[in-house]
Amino acid sequence: MSLDKSTLKRVAYLARIKIDNSEIDKMTEELNNIMKWVEKLNEVDIEDVQPMTGVSSMTLREREDKVTDGGLEDKILSNAPEKIDGSFTVPKVIE
Amino acid sequence: MREPIKLKGETGTWEMVIGLEIHAQVKCKSKLFSGSATDFGASPNSQVSYVDAAMPGMLPVINSEAVNQAIKTGHALNAKINNVSIFDRKNYFYPDLPQGYQISQFKSPIVGEGWVIVDLGKGETKKIGIERLHLEQDAGKLMHDQHPKLSLVDLNRSGIPLMEIVSMPDMRDWEEAGAYLRKLRSIVRYIGSCDGNMDEGSLRCDANISVRRPGEEFGTRCELKNINSVKYMMKAVEYEAYRQIEIIEGGGKVLQQTRLYDPNKNETRSMRSKEEAHDYRYFPDPDLLPLHISAERIEKFKQELPELSDQKRERFQSEYGLSFYDADVLTADKKHADFFEVVSKNRDAKFVANWIITNFFAMLNEVEKSIENSPVKADQLGELFDLIQDGTVSGRTAKEVFEEMFTNGGSALEIVKSKGLKQISNTDELEDMVKKIIDDNQEQVNKYRSGNEKLFGWFVGQAMKNTGGTANPKVVNEILLKLLKG
Amino acid sequence: MTKITDLGVIETLEGLKSKEFSSEEVVSEYLKLIQSDSKLNAYIHFNGEKSLLEAKKSDQRRANNNSLPLDGLPIAVKDIFCVAGEKTSACSKILENFIPDYESTVTSKLWQAGGIYIGKTSMDEFAMGSSNETSYFGEVINPWSSDGDALVPGGSSGGSASAVAAKMAPIALGTDTGGSIRQPASFCGAVGIKPTYGRCSRWGIIAFASSLDQAGPITRSVKDSAVILQNMAGFDTMDSTSADIKVPDFINSCSKPIKGMKIGIPEEYRLDGLANDVQNVWESGIKWLKEAGAEIIDVTLPHTKYALPTYYIVAPAEASANLARYDGVKYGYRSENIKDLEDMYSQTRAEGFGAEVKRRILIGTYVLSAGYYDAYYLRAQKVRTKIVEDFTMAFNKCDAILTPTTPTGAFKIGEKNIDPVTMYMNDVFTVPASLAGLPAISIPSGLDAKGCPLGLQLIGKGFDEETIFSIGSILEESANFKNI
Repeated sequence: MSLDKSTLKRVAYLARIKIDNSEIDKMTEELNNIMKWVEKLNEVDIEDVQPMTGVSSMTLREREDKVTDGGLEDKILSNAPEKIDGSFTVPKVIE
Repeated sequence: MREPIKLKGETGTWEMVIGLEIHAQVKCKSKLFSGSATDFGASPNSQVSYVDAAMPGMLPVINSEAVNQAIKTGHALNAKINNVSIFDRKNYFYPDLPQGYQISQFKSPIVGEGWVIVDLGKGETKKIGIERLHLEQDAGKLMHDQHPKLSLVDLNRSGIPLMEIVSMPDMRDWEEAGAYLRKLRSIVRYIGSCDGNMDEGSLRCDANISVRRPGEEFGTRCELKNINSVKYMMKAVEYEAYRQIEIIEGGGKVLQQTRLYDPNKNETRSMRSKEEAHDYRYFPDPDLLPLHISAERIEKFKQELPELSDQKRERFQSEYGLSFYDADVLTADKKHADFFEVVSKNRDAKFVANWIITNFFAMLNEVEKSIENSPVKADQLGELFDLIQDGTVSGRTAKEVFEEMFTNGGSALEIVKSKGLKQISNTDELEDMVKKIIDDNQEQVNKYRSGNEKLFGWFVGQAMKNTGGTANPKVVNEILLKLLKG
Repeated sequence: MTKITDLGVIETLEGLKSKEFSSEEVVSEYLKLIQSDSKLNAYIHFNGEKSLLEAKKSDQRRANNNSLPLDGLPIAVKDIFCVAGEKTSACSKILENFIPDYESTVTSKLWQAGGIYIGKTSMDEFAMGSSNETSYFGEVINPWSSDGDALVPGGSSGGSASAVAAKMAPIALGTDTGGSIRQPASFCGAVGIKPTYGRCSRWGIIAFASSLDQAGPITRSVKDSAVILQNMAGFDTMDSTSADIKVPDFINSCSKPIKGMKIGIPEEYRLDGLANDVQNVWESGIKWLKEAGAEIIDVTLPHTKYALPTYYIVAPAEASANLARYDGVKYGYRSENIKDLEDMYSQTRAEGFGAEVKRRILIGTYVLSAGYYDAYYLRAQKVRTKIVEDFTMAFNKCDAILTPTTPTGAFKIGEKNIDPVTMYMNDVFTVPASLAGLPAISIPSGLDAKGCPLGLQLIGKGFDEETIFSIGSILEESANFKNI
């Protein structure tokens, strides 16, 4: 499977990373080289092998349903690039 | 058997195929993966932890109660609870999604297939399949009308636990879809896993709808997003079905898309902003291990499952001798059913059921109050029924007393006393009064005795009038019968 | 007289205990070096005032006879750990001015044990790199560089390794995802341990690849690492992947004999063209352990050659989601150059991330996207299972596995960053243990042809750091590696 320019554009859009047209050729080639290299994995027989879903064999720990957090609006917003009246702001979203 | 509604197009008859996805906010004190509160209506960003704001280095830890609620709901949907389920990341960018992914369950949900029986009126029911139920995080809220150029982001809802309940495409018209949604709401309220409040967004619904010629393959479906009332859902489905029929009959093709229902215009429109390249790239969340639920835990909640509306309705019919209709009305909402059971204890259940449905519910409806906010509580209403039963007040007076209780408060007995509404059942007292009526109206007495039996009612009326309606009509009748015989 | 900054963790703590010097003196000495460093660029941020204040408090505790286990010890921190009130950026422009209000579990435990924050060390941006060349704050130089021949310190914990090797810190914290503690430790002649996945809490550490990331110390001796890990490790309810397992006595295990232990030598690590210098150091290691009474046995890890490609699917996939939160909304950088919402995302992320980070996000997005998930991500997770099985089989026969840490010694700046895959090959020996979540330590054991350090790696069974500390101590003693 080769990664062509249009696929790269689609992936870049999904990842929300703008790529200049001048970069596309080089990036396509770079990523293609990496993808070709990882295709070595096709040699491995993975029939009936379970995929890894967690490094440990532990089971998920659950916490008690208690309110222990919140009331931090100032701290939550202290690093915000833009804010108004206790809310983060973004360019207007058109739904 | 009830036949589903079929739609008439230009070229023939069409059938609808409907499936619903319900998002129910899980009743919990804290969020799905953090310890911040879930209360409705708090000031912006005041119920947000560093986890909910996706601050760097923050990690999720699951709320045990959310898992319990999902298990209970699964049982109530007659569904299989999975011993192992997995949380996945659903990746997309949106300003209300601080992590850039939603933690959800994709391939391995906590609850598998199940079913519910929905009521279609007149005792008709239909079995609707449940495909799955999974746990996921809610997103934050965007506010668009507070600034001309900006949208504001409030993350209070971010991370609130939701259950997504997906039905099979088993519904064939909006009536069935409405009945299903009402049924699900009733179930989650019965077991207390969601407050079912659609106004506050605790219960939201997406509808998948397609049309087809009867018996043919499924057509292309459209998804109607975020509908917040049963009524709107039914209207949205109807509008959307006709829209699709019109497209197909006009030689066009229905495009698979996500659409928004506008209740003001009663129409659906395509959500352009969300239309582009969906590719959620689900994969197991490496911050969370697989969720294992022991057989004991599953069984425990099965044992503890409360009686649900279907079982309750059947019990009301057999235990109290109520009609299907009365039992159905009373059990649709658990709070109504509980109210009835308190009031009917040691009283005439059929009488209580009838009275509650015709008078009490009517009054609540009229003033748009829920049963929890009723000014007349169950024990107060019971007291009134006792006064009816022991003859202190007549049925008619009782309604007057109830209205007084409802609007101005006070106990039934106090109102009866202060307003002098106590029924006169004393035979001697009433006999004296009736004798006086007979003495004063000899002409009428003669007419009655010569065969005009209709005049009996006139005498009763006179007796009631003289006592301001407080005379016990039964006693009055007996006395009149005795004295008029002559 | 030995300088204070020549002392390691244990020696410094002994000096503080015997009141030979105060914490304030120790901290001042290190701060002087950090402030005057114009060569290595190992630190990117420090807060002398805060460090000295804490040092004074520590001295007070000692004076009052209620000192803590690490009281007064300066600790350098990789810029990936959130330290409350201190800039924490993972050396990325996108987080350049981010100041967390919270403290990572690991650093919090160290401060509670009396450790003194001395500064933030440089790293590859978001820990993505093997040479520290991707840091937004510039390259870090390996103190073993000779004049005019600047060498990389390795990565991603390059600043930490460089600082420890250059005696600008007795200990520096690192994180290891595919070798990010062990490889720079090897390049700089330091000891670095990646504990078992789940041993140290990940809470408050900026995530790169959640199923792989682990924190660990970089120090000048094995025992120093044991002392620090003892105070970092432990169960944390805030991290769902943290192991509720008692932390054993690591310090004690450093002086346990290894007689009769079985050391596995995996044939698959004898890569074609493994450099002679690396081969020689490995042979020496085998010889030393034999002399100490260990039994050397051959083991096989047949899927070793698939570990690196597996890693370069799994880690970028996880990273593509972990780094989605850097969107210009809640914190960090937002591009000035935006017209609408789409611009806010794509422009902010294009300007805020460096080339390697973008490359990995794109790969990660690609391998998870519709039509490619099964072929890449799912397949890689299945191969990962096979890699874990390899180790399980091998550990049925041996107590620990000995390999070189890296296929070469430190290389020149700019030498390998022309082609990504060439750079990725640096992690060929460290990645398998990462994928399996196993503990692994790198011990400086010899020199390469250029006279730069080479490390040997010991891989242990899950939650058995004790054995690799025991064996590591023997290697250290036999190698008698002298720092610069």
